[in-house]
Amino acid sequence: MISVVIPSQLRSYTGGAVRVEVAGATIDAALDALDARFPGIKFRVIDEQGAIRPHMRIFANGAMARRIDLPLKDGDELFIAGALSGG
Amino acid sequence: MANGIRLLVGTRKGAWIFRGDAARKSWDVQGPIMLGHIINHVVCDPRDGKTLMMAAKTGHLGPTIFRSTDHGATWKEAEKPPAFLKSDAPNARAVSHTFWVEPGHASEPDVWWAGTSPPGLFRSADGGVTWENVAGFNEHPRYWDWCPPDGGTPDGALLNQIQIDPRDKSHMYIATSTGGVFESTDYAANWAPLNKNVAATFFPDPYPEYGQDAHYIAVHPQMPDRIYQQNHCGIYRLDRPGDRWERIGDNMPKAIGDIGFTIVAHPRDADTAWVFPMDGTEVWPRTSPGGKPAVYRTRDAGATWERQDKGFPQEQAWFTVKRQAFCADAETPLGLYLGATNGQVWMSDDEGAHWRRIAEHLPEIYSLAAAPA
Repeated sequence: MISVVIPSQLRSYTGGAVRVEVAGATIDAALDALDARFPGIKFRVIDEQGAIRPHMRIFANGAMARRIDLPLKDGDELFIAGALSGG
Repeated sequence: MANGIRLLVGTRKGAWIFRGDAARKSWDVQGPIMLGHIINHVVCDPRDGKTLMMAAKTGHLGPTIFRSTDHGATWKEAEKPPAFLKSDAPNARAVSHTFWVEPGHASEPDVWWAGTSPPGLFRSADGGVTWENVAGFNEHPRYWDWCPPDGGTPDGALLNQIQIDPRDKSHMYIATSTGGVFESTDYAANWAPLNKNVAATFFPDPYPEYGQDAHYIAVHPQMPDRIYQQNHCGIYRLDRPGDRWERIGDNMPKAIGDIGFTIVAHPRDADTAWVFPMDGTEVWPRTSPGGKPAVYRTRDAGATWERQDKGFPQEQAWFTVKRQAFCADAETPLGLYLGATNGQVWMSDDEGAHWRRIAEHLPEIYSLAAAPA
């Protein structure tokens, strides 16, 4: 299972849960699994072309991911964050 | 007289609903709704009087649509918000934000339309639950001419407005920030520019076929062959079936000019309309000209204009009013409402003769819509 850390901006989807376990062999698949449980959450992070939105960040085991087709394995952690931006 | 008025306010930091009594004197407030979300537009469905549609995103999160079917008491997110078709092309588009939501024709109670940035047209046939790409515009062979990827406003290029002919659901107009106004007569299957004689002074050819920045168009509800336009480069009127816009802003006082974001037509008098001018000189401050806010009214289809500023600050007031933040109710006398960039809501219950502030300290206001309570 993949452990996904949910940022405050998205906890309205997870009922307040900060950490959610999902299955998935890639970041994309893990986010699909997340979206299946919490409909709508993926589109707030990933656009329709499969790109990570400009002010969102995804870290896989601490390394910033720039694509979502990167592989994951059981026990990995995905950390989703709202980037420092706005005003 | 209705039982009161609801004012739906979309701001840079959330939405609010103000409810006025039958006399439009006392106002209660509900909100914030979706605090922290950027609300570009929130409107009430005139077909049922209770469904609200809200275009939202945040500084971080992608765009979505929230719907309420109980006057705003509860909200649900769209299951499939507006999104372009998946593409491997280098210029593949992704919706940054939905800017405009438009109830469909009265004959199609579940249909809604949406305009986005980058410019895109989307349709829902299920009351806003799911939204589909409208290929007739988004995949039009001339799309990239009309909506070049480097064009647009500071917040991105816009399909900023959708208007439907109340006599014919297939007859539609859209306004864009990169191509001007476009018309469809076949239910959005095909589109053609409608910009003859509309200036685009930021181009070498100041009267191109397309390329104008159409800030706002008002198709008159009772006389739909009359269209008013507040363009980036002036105030215009078009009487169909003609296709040549007349610059009625030339009749505005020269010291004020005819630059602005928005225009409101009187719903029962096609010769009457209001604008809220802004400073479009030199570096385009986009403030009230001279720091003295005022609306200007025409009662003769733009031949003459009169200043209406009673109640507004008389000096050092530099707010302006954005595209969808000026509206009218349907009462007699007509009520006018404007939401300002400084977070104030102003109203007139006598067709603009006198203005008073009914809210302040809100975030920057992006949209304002009036509906019966």
